[in-house]
Order: sequence, then structure tokens, then C-alpha cells
Amino acid sequence: MDFADISPKLTVLVYGLVAFAVVVGGLLLLLDVVPTYFARRRERQLIAVAAGDVPAPPSGRLRKPREFGYAFFFLLPVVVLLLIGLVVPVVRTLVLSLKNGDGSEWVGLSNYGWLFSNGDILNVLWNSLLWVVLVPLVATTVGLLYAVMVDRARFEAVAKSLIFLPMAISFVGASIIWRFVYAYRGEGQDQIGLLNQIVVWLGGTPQQWLLESPLNTLLLIVVMVWIQAGFAMVILSAAIKAIPGDIVEAARLDGVTAWQMFWRITLPSIRPALIVVIVAITVATMKIFDIVRTMTNGNYDTNVIALEMYNQAFRYQETGQGSALAVFLFILVIPIVIFQIRNLRRQREG
Amino acid sequence: MATTTPVLPATTSAEAMPKTVAGRVRRRLNTRAATVISILIALLWTVPTFGLFISSLRPEDAIKTTGWWTFFSDPKLTLENYNEVLFGQSASSGQLANYFVNSLVITIPSVLFPVAFAAMAAYALSWIQFRGREWIYIGIFALQIVPLQMALVPLLSFFSRGVSLAGITLMPAWQLEDEQKFIQVWFAHTCFALPFAVFLLHNFVSQLPGELMEAARVDGASHPKIFRTIVLPLITPALASLTIFQFLWVWNDLLVALIFAGGGDETAPLTVRLAELAGTRGNEWQRLTSGAFVSIVIPLIVFLSLQRYFVRGLLTGSVKG
Repeated sequence: MDFADISPKLTVLVYGLVAFAVVVGGLLLLLDVVPTYFARRRERQLIAVAAGDVPAPPSGRLRKPREFGYAFFFLLPVVVLLLIGLVVPVVRTLVLSLKNGDGSEWVGLSNYGWLFSNGDILNVLWNSLLWVVLVPLVATTVGLLYAVMVDRARFEAVAKSLIFLPMAISFVGASIIWRFVYAYRGEGQDQIGLLNQIVVWLGGTPQQWLLESPLNTLLLIVVMVWIQAGFAMVILSAAIKAIPGDIVEAARLDGVTAWQMFWRITLPSIRPALIVVIVAITVATMKIFDIVRTMTNGNYDTNVIALEMYNQAFRYQETGQGSALAVFLFILVIPIVIFQIRNLRRQREG
Repeated sequence: MATTTPVLPATTSAEAMPKTVAGRVRRRLNTRAATVISILIALLWTVPTFGLFISSLRPEDAIKTTGWWTFFSDPKLTLENYNEVLFGQSASSGQLANYFVNSLVITIPSVLFPVAFAAMAAYALSWIQFRGREWIYIGIFALQIVPLQMALVPLLSFFSRGVSLAGITLMPAWQLEDEQKFIQVWFAHTCFALPFAVFLLHNFVSQLPGELMEAARVDGASHPKIFRTIVLPLITPALASLTIFQFLWVWNDLLVALIFAGGGDETAPLTVRLAELAGTRGNEWQRLTSGAFVSIVIPLIVFLSLQRYFVRGLLTGSVKG
């Protein structure tokens, strides 16, 4: 690498930073300067009125529109970007899902028919279902167990960091880490993957883990659980710490066992946090893409919706079928959107 | 309560003493089992990363023929893998230094833009009175859960073909080439980040004390002034959490980069290159291990040093929702 390679990149970066300063700084400056200018003018007008030269300008109607003007400019970047980047594309994707591969002809619902009749795609949907059921369940369980067990233990902070750390690692990085764990060398050779070495130590024969369906999908799910358990643990741990001390103390005095304490006190108290965690992990899992693409590229019956959507839309240029898959993904998420909005409204009212 | 714990003396002097003998033993046992299980989980969660790290420091033939755990009986260390994967000249060596720069160039503006725009929007949605405020907020909130897969195809065509309606070109194609493609990556990341960013910051901004704003208004401060001098300093912790989130998300992203940056060494970030290496050279473990670590190290540093903010943001961002 030499400087000639990176200098054009840095130039673009500088342009980007300048654009940032101009847009954000400019907007704030504009909002600062322009109203002040008008205020001055109005002041001058009022002085003129007081001097008796000019009729009085209409007053009273001033405050409201100005508030609206501020709101307009404060919200402008976000609203414009969301319209261009999300709202319009979502509508376009809905339309594209009713068209053929290159978007030139209307094909009705046939892309959706393809979705539910093609054997490969059914397999994809089945795998996705497995992901969406298992990842939230296992990750939340592990996170919860760990949060309960390290609560108020010595080294709690360190112990929590260890589980939490994978959240900082990219899905691609995590996939490479776990591919290394699953690595295979022929029987009789020294194993380099930890999992096969453990199998050999226990007297078994090494396996090509990622080639055997449905075991390989489960092994990919392990990677996602590995990443998400830390998230569950942090949220649930905070919820556990927020349980009022007198409830716990009262239960202790009643002599409940740790088991009863968990089921009767801890679990009911952290129910809201538990729901949040499960919803968040479910949504993340529905969109899982990186892990499958890096570990197996969807081969050996491990494909999932998001990867198939990418393949259809960007590798095979079948935008109709790709869009149908995206819409399907969206439909799966809609009940969760409604659930979340209801939650929000209840919180705002309550 | 005494019926369930008959051994517990009901006198006041007993309260200062530890719980009953049976209770103490039981608690100790519970703690023991809990400790063992939690250590097992902690091991399972750290050993894979640790193995990758050790391997990245071992010579190529050692990685390929023996497990990393043999390192402890036969320690051999080298930095050759890192040198090769970062600066090697051959096409197969990784040349990650280039991609590292790309990751940086992608990440910095993709963090700055959404954080700034979202802060302004969060202020407007919390403290400026106008009609329809509630609906705009709910709309932005709902967009949070739209899968970005729904936006990919049209947004890419927006960049590459422009916008035309009924044969009239409303906006020409951007026709970005090579390094200029960074711009469309920034744009995409910014759009996709906004719903969550607005939501997270709104949680903080809307909870600032109203008297503060009222007092400033009475003193004649305008909205931009209140925003700059009162709100921004007060929500610095929230801005920090959001910055960390967005940094980790952009740095670790694969999908958006694949589609909007392409795979060339002018714009593709580390994740894209690593995924490519994993696909085409899946058995070159000396490169994969060191390469993976190169991509992990920056987020790990950010994460470990700013974990407090990250956790706080996580709690406000999710539990409130």
C-alpha cells in the first residue's frame, strides 16, 4: 500500500467532512441568522410605526408560523432522507414484487406463488423458521441464566464483559472464528478445529460439520446465539438489579429456595425486559445474512430468507422474486411493529 | 412466615447473625453449582476468540497441521501473518491495509451524519410545538422495524439510474465511480440508521426538564440557541452511546457495503474483503485468523473503553421501547 492508493480515498473523506460541516453548521447558522434578521426588520418597522409614517404591520399571527418554520428545518434532513432512503423504496419494492425479473412486465402474484411452491425456497423458509425459533429461545435462556448466576458474584463486571464481548465482533469475524472451531482434517491427521479435536479426544471420528444438514444449520445458529446472548444478559441483568430489594428480602425471610425465588419473584418481575429482549433478538434473527453467507454461502441446505433475497435480487438479477422475498420478510415483522407501537402508546399515556 | 422456616429464631438478636446453618449450606451449594456453570459458559464464550488470536500469531505450517492448543507445549510466535495479510503484495495475500482505510472512510461520515441529523430531529420532536408532531414521531418509530432488505433494490437503482416518472427524468443518475462510491455508502448507512437514532435520542431529549427550556425561551433564546447551548451538552452521554452503536453497526456491516460499495479495493470495507477471503481461500487459516483479528481489534478497543456508554444506550434504547 502506498500513499497514491489512499490519497483519492482521503480526498473523498475530506469532501464528506466538509459537506457535513456545511450542511449541519449551515442549517443551524441559517436558523440563527434569518429569524434575527426578520426580528430586526420588524423592530425597525415598529419604530417607523411609532414615528407615524407607516401603517402597522399585522401582528399576532407571527409566533405560530415561526415555530413551524423551525420545526420544518430541524426535521428537514431526517424527513427527506427517510423519504428517499426508506419510504419510497419500500413502496417501490412492493410494486417490483408484482413485476417480472427486470421490472418490465406485470406478473401479478406469481412471484409469491413461486415463493411457496419452489422446493428450494420452501427449504429456505423452513431454515429461517428454525433460526427464528431457536436463536431467541436459546440466547435469552443463556443470557438469563448467566445474569442470575453472576448477579452480585465476585468479578461480576469482568464475567459480564466476557459474554458481552462478542457483540463488538462483526458477524463476518464471528463466522471466521467459528469456522475455525468447526474446521475439519481427515481421520488420523491432527485436527485443527476445536470441536473435532474434542470429538477425537472422546473417541469419535471427526466430522465435516458444515456439510451435513440439518446439523449445519444448528451449528450456524450457535454463532448467532454466541453473539446475542450478551445482549440478553445485559438487559436482563439490569432488570434483575431493578427488582425492589424489599420484595427479595421478604421472600428470603419466607425461606423460599433459589429455585422458587427464580420462578416466583425474578421471572415475573423482569417480564417486560424479557419481552423486549425476545422481540429484539427475533427481529435481528429474521434478517440474518452475514453468518450464513460467510460460513456456507447458503450451500448444503443452510440458506435463509435474507441471503436468498440478496442472491435473487443482486446475483441473479431477479428483482421481482427478490422483492417478493423482501416483502415476505416485512410481513413477518409487521405483527412485531404493531406490538411495539402499542407498547409505545401505552407508555406515553401511562 | 415462621411456618416455613421453623429453625429461624424469631428474636431480634438473631437478625444480626447469618442465616440458619441449613440455609447457609444450601446457598453455598447453589453458589457452587452456579459458579461452575457460569465459568463453563464464560469459557465457551471466550475460548473460540482466544483460539483465533493464538492461531493468528503462529507460523503458517503450524496453524495448518496442528491445533492451536498445542501452542502451549510448543510455543512459536510470529507476526509474519499480520505483515502478509496487511501489506503483502500478491493478489491473494489480503492487502487488508487498503481495506482498513476503506472501512475508516466509510465509517466516519456514516456515523457523523445520522447522529447530527437525529439530534436535531429529536429536539424538534420534543420541544418545538407544531401540529402532527406525534404522527411524524410514530412514523419514524415504525420505520425502525422495516427490514432494510425492503429498500435495497430501489435505493441502488436510485443511485445508478436516477429517478424518472412517466419518461421525464426527475433526477439523473449519480454515476459515481471508484472512490466516489463512498458517497452512496454514506447515504445508505445514514438513511438506514435514522429511525433508531431519532428514537434513541428522543428518549433522552424529551426527558430533559421542561422548566429549563421554558426559562431559556423567556430569556429570548431561539430554538437553535437552546439546541446548541443547552440540549447538546446535556445529552452528550446519549450522543456517545449512539455514536458507539452506529460505529459498531457500520464497521461490522456486510450487506450494505456489498451492495453499495461493490467488491473492489477502492471502496470495499474489511468485512467484504474478509468474507471474500473466507469464500475463496477458506483453508488459508494463517490469513483468515490474522485478517479476522485486524477487523475485530478496533471495535474491541472502542467497545471496551466505552462500554459504560454502550450499556446505558442499550438500556434506554430497548427497555423504553
